[in-house]
Amino acid sequence: MSKFGDWLNERFPAREMMREHMTEYYAPKNFNILYYTGSLLLLMIVLQLVSGFLLMAHYVPTSKDAFNSVQGIMYDTKWGWLIRYMHVDGVSLIFILLYLHMGRGLLYGSYRKPRELLWIIGYVIYIMMMGEAFFGYILPFGNLSYWAGQVITSIIHAVPLIGPGLTTLARGGPGVGTATLERFLALHAVLWFMIIAALIVLHILALHQVGSNNPDGIEIKKLKGPDGHPLDGIPFHPYYTVKDLFGVGVWLTIFAAIILYAPTMHGVFLERTTFFRANPMVGLPDVTPPWYLAPYYAMLRAVPNKYYGIALMFLAIVLPFFLPWLDRNPVRSSRYRPVYRIMILVMGITFFTLAWVGEQPPLPKYFLIERLGAAIYIGFYFLLPIISSIEPTKKVPERVRS
Amino acid sequence: MRKTWTGGLVAALATLGLGCGQAATLATPSYTFNKPTVIAGAKLFADHCSACHAVSSLRYNRLAADLGMTKAEIKKDIMLPGGANYLQGMQPTMSQADAKKWFGLPPPNLSHIVRAEGARWVYTYLTSFYWDPKRPSGWNNHIFPNVAMPDILAPWGGTYTKNGKLLQAGRESPALYHKQVAEIVAFLRYASDPSVFERRAIGRYVLGTLILLTILAYLLKKDYWRDIHNKDEAEKAKAAKKAGSAKA
Repeated sequence: MSKFGDWLNERFPAREMMREHMTEYYAPKNFNILYYTGSLLLLMIVLQLVSGFLLMAHYVPTSKDAFNSVQGIMYDTKWGWLIRYMHVDGVSLIFILLYLHMGRGLLYGSYRKPRELLWIIGYVIYIMMMGEAFFGYILPFGNLSYWAGQVITSIIHAVPLIGPGLTTLARGGPGVGTATLERFLALHAVLWFMIIAALIVLHILALHQVGSNNPDGIEIKKLKGPDGHPLDGIPFHPYYTVKDLFGVGVWLTIFAAIILYAPTMHGVFLERTTFFRANPMVGLPDVTPPWYLAPYYAMLRAVPNKYYGIALMFLAIVLPFFLPWLDRNPVRSSRYRPVYRIMILVMGITFFTLAWVGEQPPLPKYFLIERLGAAIYIGFYFLLPIISSIEPTKKVPERVRS
Repeated sequence: MRKTWTGGLVAALATLGLGCGQAATLATPSYTFNKPTVIAGAKLFADHCSACHAVSSLRYNRLAADLGMTKAEIKKDIMLPGGANYLQGMQPTMSQADAKKWFGLPPPNLSHIVRAEGARWVYTYLTSFYWDPKRPSGWNNHIFPNVAMPDILAPWGGTYTKNGKLLQAGRESPALYHKQVAEIVAFLRYASDPSVFERRAIGRYVLGTLILLTILAYLLKKDYWRDIHNKDEAEKAKAAKKAGSAKA
């Protein structure tokens, strides 16, 4: 072993990497349940790669055969239903994890100095994931795919001057069809995925440069023991690898239960309108995005004017980038900031209310909820600099609570 | 954009009749969703429905693999005479062109109908026909107004007016009739998602294995973390002792 190990390590820094990122990466010892989300996201993305690869081996990206090829996977391919449900349900589960992961960042102030770049890279991954999900959404070419493709690409129309040309470029023609499926497949399976994979590597490297935050928001590197290691830190391997292994067990049990017993999750994870073949002659009464994109769609609809609606939606997507500089309080974690804690809670409820209302048909009775939700969402970012500089804080302890 | 949707809504209701908006009145079919129910439904479907409707995604031989029917049984009870192929999807006996001539529209392929509309909608639709002399076929439907399909099950279920008055009793009791319609819906539910029995069959083993592995992982984690907890305890005891001696 060691002879081969020596040979290898003279040529490749395997031991060094293992030490740097695993055995001598010191993580705070007080991680709670929200800290499983990172490793689970990595696992889920690998599973998407595997199931996506298998799906692509059976998929035909033409407007004539796409729907049938997907049904062929479901009906005629051995274990085809398993890989399709894994891929489809995996998306919703990834977004559940992403929202928990980002919500954790908000709760414990993980976006604050020195982790600004870590937050920004992570947020870019989230935005890329939305694109990845959208491209994938079009590929089965049910009627929902077709109309979602038409509606979303028509947003590009709003770009001044070059809008119409860009829309045609995105669709590969005047409408969504074979050319759209071909380029969306290429984007979904190659370019977008590779960018996301690269960003994940950057995200982890940035994390290991600054070190993990924790629920108390205390910098564990400030207090070091005689051995030079943080007093409240423990080596990632074996302590967190073995803990994450347990998390993986629980998560895979949930994932398997969904696939085996409720693969469409009553139309939330796999919408009923995806079971009609795409038909440009038959519009859909309810072209709504999947639940994980619905909050932005609700904000888009909150404004009657298309251009202002799109502007509001983009503002909502862009604002979180500035979070590290909008928060001006010296304390990080919401554990010691009661007012900020309430703000996060309201923000969380608002976001999921917007997700719910974005799934509803565009009726006047929902406008008030959409507008109120949009106002709270945007208001959070505009009020944060003011509130965070005057809010009362509790005393932050020296050491993490374990 | 909203205008497009409104147009789409009108178009959809006019051509497909997605049954939206009437969700409040849907009835729930009562069946035990298992293989015998689905087999009974498949036989009823073959007798009454597959003259006009295809279930093209579902190959006949899947009924053997999924439901445990024999090839002879499938050939006798399910496959219709006239060139049906055991290895191909379920096809109607009537040609689409003829059907279009007679009903104005080709009868839809029902492969995904339950996934698309829901079992409750399909069941309610099948039991909501009423006699309407104004329609070319003589039939209309409460949740699918002006539908092209006639109530082919009327000889069994009876003929009703729009207000629910019985015009002519069916050959079967209402209870048996509703049970059989529910069985057809159960078959269509299976046809929308033929993995359902396979999934359920392996479910308990997969979940059992995963839970077992999770318990093992938990014990492993507990074992590894014992030294962290011991260290914490020691530190706490030391701090308490220090505080105690300071007091003394």
